[in-house]
Amino acid sequence: MMTVPQTSASLRRPARIAINAGLVIFIALYAAIGFLQPNYLEPGLFMNFLRRAAPLVILACGQLYVILTGGFDLSMGAVATLVVLAASILINGDPDTTWAVIGALYVMGVSIGLVNGFVVAFLKVPSIITTLGTMLLVNGLALAWSGGAARGDLPDNFRNLGRLVWRDVSVIGTLPLAAVVLAGFVALAWFGLNGTVYGKRALAVGDNPRAAELAGTPVAATRILAFVVSAVSAVTAGILLGGFSGVSVNAGEGLELQAIAACVIGGAQLLGGRGSVWSAVFGALSLFALFTLLNLLGLPQALRDSIQGVILIAAVGASMWRTRRRN
Amino acid sequence: MTTNIAKPKPAIPDLPVAVLLAGLSIGFFAVVALVTGETAQLSGEGIAGLLQRMVALGLVALGQTFVILVGSIDLSVAALISAVAVLASHVMQGDPAMMLPAVLLCLGFCAVVGFVNGALVAYGGINPLIVTLGTGLIIQGVLAASFGVLQGAVAREFQVIAYGSVLGVPYSLLLLATLSLAAGFVLDRTLFGARIYAVGGNPDGARLAGIRTERVILSAHMVASLFAGAAGLYLAARLQSGTPWIGRDGIYDLESIAVTVIGGTILAGGKGGVAGTLAGVLLFATLDAGFNMLGIDAFLKQVLRGAIVIAAVAVHAVRTKGHVA
Repeated sequence: MMTVPQTSASLRRPARIAINAGLVIFIALYAAIGFLQPNYLEPGLFMNFLRRAAPLVILACGQLYVILTGGFDLSMGAVATLVVLAASILINGDPDTTWAVIGALYVMGVSIGLVNGFVVAFLKVPSIITTLGTMLLVNGLALAWSGGAARGDLPDNFRNLGRLVWRDVSVIGTLPLAAVVLAGFVALAWFGLNGTVYGKRALAVGDNPRAAELAGTPVAATRILAFVVSAVSAVTAGILLGGFSGVSVNAGEGLELQAIAACVIGGAQLLGGRGSVWSAVFGALSLFALFTLLNLLGLPQALRDSIQGVILIAAVGASMWRTRRRN
Repeated sequence: MTTNIAKPKPAIPDLPVAVLLAGLSIGFFAVVALVTGETAQLSGEGIAGLLQRMVALGLVALGQTFVILVGSIDLSVAALISAVAVLASHVMQGDPAMMLPAVLLCLGFCAVVGFVNGALVAYGGINPLIVTLGTGLIIQGVLAASFGVLQGAVAREFQVIAYGSVLGVPYSLLLLATLSLAAGFVLDRTLFGARIYAVGGNPDGARLAGIRTERVILSAHMVASLFAGAAGLYLAARLQSGTPWIGRDGIYDLESIAVTVIGGTILAGGKGGVAGTLAGVLLFATLDAGFNMLGIDAFLKQVLRGAIVIAAVAVHAVRTKGHVA
């Protein structure tokens, strides 16, 4: 029998190293960007980088909650698309309705998260199937509602959330609003996992749900809340996306897999039990830095997928190899 | 402990699910056909048409069943289907003499992809979702970068696979039937099949029992890739030439997983079988055909499909004891 202190120590150590892995990859990639295009090292362009990376980082934070509890959320991309389309149809260019509509979008997001959570927790449908179902469902709804093409219009006060940049800020020069939203969301996500008991519960449920249940953890509630957080992050990311890339029927396409990839590159463990907010944040920043770098290198758009695939396998393979060697 | 010597029969538990699903699907199809007055759909030809809708997804799903049974999963099948369809039409260039080399080349390519997937999963110990997502991205990227425009076409003679028939039964259906029977036979009646169930059900136990689990996982991945290749060849024959997006547009990766799970195969592995998977494919085919007869619009169709995927799995998953993630 293994003694308890031993297990917890061996659990904690890889987590810390994994965090560093995400950060190291990000710094290496960003250094390469800076080498090719030195002005990316100026605060202004870095802020711009953060602004464009914001939706992916936010999605990755939400996805992390679900991954920690041992599941997946494939419906995020569809939710983000729905948010963009719904916002432009509902607001339709009238700035006075913006805040009410944003409220409605969050209610919608929370209800999608609740559906995902309830189906997984009580109907016992594996999350990969559940969220595949809601992905099809939400995508279909968004397309049926909009008639398959973008319509309506987003007013400036909505688009500013993703687009507005404050100039002449001291020290950093420019400050995009999206970067503030990003920082706020990451701080909340960090607090949720580190400042409340929820983080421990999520890890426990992801590591061993039966043991967590016997120890008194409300397993179903923990899972459901994770899906709600994930859906809320998808709504937030959708609002930012609507701000700077405009309205389109494939605004959120493929983002769910990028978010999962980001968490994994950052060192979170699929099927639960290991990871932190920093794995999501640095994983997502690494992935986005990779896209930027490949863009600067002038590689064809399509080859980016390939390189993303190589990095994904390599990052996970490397962390597996380290863990194996340690044991 | 001598009580557990009686060998568990894995094919039996999934049979009721298969029968129930198939019954419901056929019932739905018949009722819709009668209600909408499209009784022609119930003729021999109509049924053959319905069953032909099963071929592409059915082939992929058969392979997916092998990997899911062994406790793994394959997300790279969609990209592989596109790759095979493009490769086949590119190599053939309409020349019947190139048919055999093209088919062999495609299947060889699939075997290599399956081997890489399997090796990374079994020997590298990397999560199969990540491995196959990664290899899928790699294939898709190279494919889209190098074959952006339509090039080449398969030979006319090759299209017989999709359009030819014997005694009113399309060749494609015979292909699906033969491969299904073969897959069922391998899983139920051979040592390899028994090992798949053993490794999927309890990998540690299987290893202690002397099974080289890595080899079994690797073989299952190669089987899945070869079945995806067969689906790609069939699609190339049907559409005359492949495009780099055939697989992705058909969502063959996620749909093949969905039908396999709907058919009662458990994602954790070790339980399920071919019969359930085919019933799941039949459900999707009848839904498609039924919605078409009812004239339901494409987007609403997607909504219903999403809801039905969840409901169909929930029906038998809800009895699961313990937790799922």
